[in-house]
Amino acid sequence: MTSTPIGPRWRKALGWTVLAVLVLITLFPFYWMLRVSLSDNRVLAANADSLLPAGFTLGAFERVLGLASLEEARAQGGSGASIDFWRYLLNSVLTATLITAGQVLFSSMAAYAFARLRWPGRDAVFFVFLTALMIPPIFTALPNFVLMRDLELLNTYAAIVLPFFFMTPFAVFFMRQFLLGISREVEEAARIDGAGHPRIFFRIVLPMSRAPLATLALLAYITAWNEYFWPLLVGQGEGVRVLTVALGVFRSQTPQGSPDWAGLMAATLLAALPVIALFVAFGRRIVDSIQFSGIK
Amino acid sequence: MTTHRTRHRSDVWPALLFLLPAGFGFVLFYAWPAVQTFYLSFTDYSLLAAPNWIGAQNYRDALGDARFGNALLVTVEYVVINIGVQTVAALFIAVLMHRLTKSSLVRGLLLLPYLIANVVVALVWYNMLDAQLGIVNAVLSWVGIDPVAFFGETSTAIPTIALVNVWRHMGYTALLIFAGLQAIPKSVYEAAAIDGASEWRIFRGVTLPLLRPVLAMVLVLTVIGSFQIFDTVAVTTKGGPVDATRVIYFYLYEKAFQQFDFGYAAALSVVLFLILAGLAVAQLRLLRAGSSDLD
Repeated sequence: MTSTPIGPRWRKALGWTVLAVLVLITLFPFYWMLRVSLSDNRVLAANADSLLPAGFTLGAFERVLGLASLEEARAQGGSGASIDFWRYLLNSVLTATLITAGQVLFSSMAAYAFARLRWPGRDAVFFVFLTALMIPPIFTALPNFVLMRDLELLNTYAAIVLPFFFMTPFAVFFMRQFLLGISREVEEAARIDGAGHPRIFFRIVLPMSRAPLATLALLAYITAWNEYFWPLLVGQGEGVRVLTVALGVFRSQTPQGSPDWAGLMAATLLAALPVIALFVAFGRRIVDSIQFSGIK
Repeated sequence: MTTHRTRHRSDVWPALLFLLPAGFGFVLFYAWPAVQTFYLSFTDYSLLAAPNWIGAQNYRDALGDARFGNALLVTVEYVVINIGVQTVAALFIAVLMHRLTKSSLVRGLLLLPYLIANVVVALVWYNMLDAQLGIVNAVLSWVGIDPVAFFGETSTAIPTIALVNVWRHMGYTALLIFAGLQAIPKSVYEAAAIDGASEWRIFRGVTLPLLRPVLAMVLVLTVIGSFQIFDTVAVTTKGGPVDATRVIYFYLYEKAFQQFDFGYAAALSVVLFLILAGLAVAQLRLLRAGSSDLD
């Protein structure tokens, strides 16, 4: 074992050091959001190399959350434009929740048909569903935009939600993988008792699938929360604007000369916070799901 | 046998019922739009009047469109840097984790950036890489390097965006590779250790060949994703400076939603789709994804 120039113990220490550096690189930008958001715009430039907040203040958060008056905001180097943060937060929560609810339910139903029912052409239809995985979103975005316009749904929640509401190929695939694995016996027993498929699905299969359903819901929620392209196309209006789109607008509004960095980072951190909270609560589940879908 | 037969017949109606919502969504928002995009690519369509059939004109225009050529070039540059660095980094992280720890805390922490919105990631790095008050330039000045306008120079903008997205994706990619590493039997490594092979030789001779099918899948997935770079560009450089970061997706977005040239944009998205499909097929062939040396 000592044939290598460095001993195994040193090698291990070196490995851990490298890993620690990688974790540090991963986490540093999160700290940086906090650091800048707790800083005062007026002294940020002069303290560019300080690791601590420059001129510690909660002003940026007060500004973003609408707790400061316009004069106070301007005095701290904020832009005059008000950021209707609570509105955008509500829009994000609402659209992500609707997308998750619909997608998880309807994709599970489809997965049940693909995994537990027998009908001619089943595998061919499933394959067609899967091909949608290969289609880049922009390939369907133009006609979908036209459809929303023709239905007069532009700048409504419906436009933001609908394309993701009924299914995603990934969700169907994910649930089918799980449903293929559960034993037939429970179902057969319910059958003999005279239960129909809807009853078996809602009373037996869904409760048995609590774990993968929770995982899928988690992934669907995070994906919907982070979505930028589609809401940018159909949901620019103030009333339905979601956080990602709002951050983009906020960034382009800041004048080139003196951007409201503290405000922008405060809003950015607040927009990321729900996902970070989900990660802290369910991190293990997310890690496991990625290993699962990775293996296929 | 008879019970089996009756069940076969009776499942058709429930299956239709269960497929109805998802099938509706699939046809309305995936299948039909895909057909329509193909149709629109042969038309002149500005959203205001009905599409007007012009044959392959859009495709001919695309061939002579220097800015589209530039968009392709810039995108390829982005993908090469992004995927090159990301794959090597992820492979390194995966092997490191495999040798050191099964801790899900470490894996989770490395995955965290992947869960955060592109927009958020782009804005944080936009601040950290700012020419005047970015921390990265502050660190560079400690070692005597002049400030770099990472997002602001034509030569650095694409590499910068590519590396920002390496930061977001490397933990996720490492996790996929890590899953592949766990499938390699321990006995293979034990045999190599008895032979006294060095760490590097084990990696070259054992790990890499056995990992090939997983790497092929990971590469297909990440390359396709990488080609669709949009969010980061849209919130930071918006295609600039000049055309330095006007990637295909962003160029297409501008054509469709700022110039309302839907027909031309549809043709470009058909071209993009063909490129992606061709790449996926080529990669799977080259890397012989189906077969592992374990077989």
